[in-house]
Amino acid sequence: MSPILTISGLHKSFGKVEVLKGIDLTMQQGDVVSLIGSSGSGKTTLLRCVNLLEDFEQGSIELAGQSIGYKQDGGQRRRLSEREIARQRAMTGMAFQQFNLFPHMTAIRNVMLGLIKTKKMAKDEARAIAEKWLDRVGMGQRRDHYPGQLSGGQQQRVAIARAIAMNPQIMLFDEVTSALDPELVSEVLAVVRDLATEGMTMLLVTHEMRFARDVSTKVVFMHQGRIHEEGSPDEIFGAPKTERLQGFLANSEF
Amino acid sequence: MNFSLFLTELWNARLSLLSGLGDTILISAASVVMGSVLGVFIGLAMTYGQKWLRFIVRLYIDFLRGTPVFVLILACFYILSVVGLDLTAFQAGVLALTLFCSSHVGEIVRGALIAIPAGQTEAAKSVGLTFGQTFVYVLLPQALRQILPTWVNTATEIVKASTLLSIIGVVELLLATQQVISRTYLSLEFYLFAGFVYFLLNFVIEQAGRAVERRISIP
Repeated sequence: MSPILTISGLHKSFGKVEVLKGIDLTMQQGDVVSLIGSSGSGKTTLLRCVNLLEDFEQGSIELAGQSIGYKQDGGQRRRLSEREIARQRAMTGMAFQQFNLFPHMTAIRNVMLGLIKTKKMAKDEARAIAEKWLDRVGMGQRRDHYPGQLSGGQQQRVAIARAIAMNPQIMLFDEVTSALDPELVSEVLAVVRDLATEGMTMLLVTHEMRFARDVSTKVVFMHQGRIHEEGSPDEIFGAPKTERLQGFLANSEF
Repeated sequence: MNFSLFLTELWNARLSLLSGLGDTILISAASVVMGSVLGVFIGLAMTYGQKWLRFIVRLYIDFLRGTPVFVLILACFYILSVVGLDLTAFQAGVLALTLFCSSHVGEIVRGALIAIPAGQTEAAKSVGLTFGQTFVYVLLPQALRQILPTWVNTATEIVKASTLLSIIGVVELLLATQQVISRTYLSLEFYLFAGFVYFLLNFVIEQAGRAVERRISIP
């Protein structure tokens, strides 16, 4: 089976600081890969490169057979047009640490926006899909609430519904529980776990080590812009090979 | 003050005063609408434009905001005719107020846009919206709510500034009033009356602004 996501030789700098120093990663359909590592290790940047919220200077990302963001044109590396990039972004779904719901729209309007504007769906169709997904994340009752009227956990669930309703090839989760009060974390993790069980391909950055161990098919430990160690959850958490990972895990909460 | 005499003269002058008021409203509305549309583009250019574009627009804003409206009106009326652009006094006045309005609106739009968290744009992008769609459906609606109070204030400033068009001979409410005074010599009464009408006009604008603000406020 050909991989759904292939990242090879990925380099990314912010000015003179190189934050990704050659990343290679492949994912099969249905894989759940957790990126762990201390802050500044480049895991969030890596995630953001996959849907081109960050440009990258070198290397390539291939998603479902398409080269993401750039094309080779007579030996020249060219950035795709904004329209092409927008279309490719819709192939990925992203949930953010700060939810980033649109505050001037109700929950259901938040979910419908991409369906109507990007997927060019009719309103009724978009509404039906949005209702389905809001129900799935347990937010069907609150569909007409504005983000400001929802708790953090509820907002994050709506945000996940907004991303997944687009029927993406892969879901990207960027520390989706980091901004939540402790008692709200589990309701969001339950939603993510549900999606994983159903075979959604997911790449997630997380500090929830126990969750990463439970839900992942593979765990990737990043350090200083490189993949320092990777393996199955059992290998990474049960028998970490490198000293760096052992140190990181010793300082992490489970 | 002879009140019944004033009322009689007011009745006699009703048509010219109404016509002046109509011009004032027309001038203000046209300037605010065109100035705001232009201002949104200026704010957009200031926020997202290339460096050279931002530089040019910055010059434009600073120049217009640093110039008295009065000078702007005279410039539009006298200088443009020298370079071969023949505008009527009315058109020149509306042009001056439009430019003035656009620089203010441009600045407040820019302020509102940069105040929106970057996450909003990222979230819009991540569901595949293009930049244009992101602006129209996500950023602008939030920015407009933010700028509404300041914008209403700018609109009332424009109404007040429209009186300056009397200098270049546009018979708006102030000049119409002055013409009535030169006929009746009831200067105190008619100036008070004109002042009251301007107050009323701006009061209505402010109330309408508040009503809209309440309507569109985000829960």
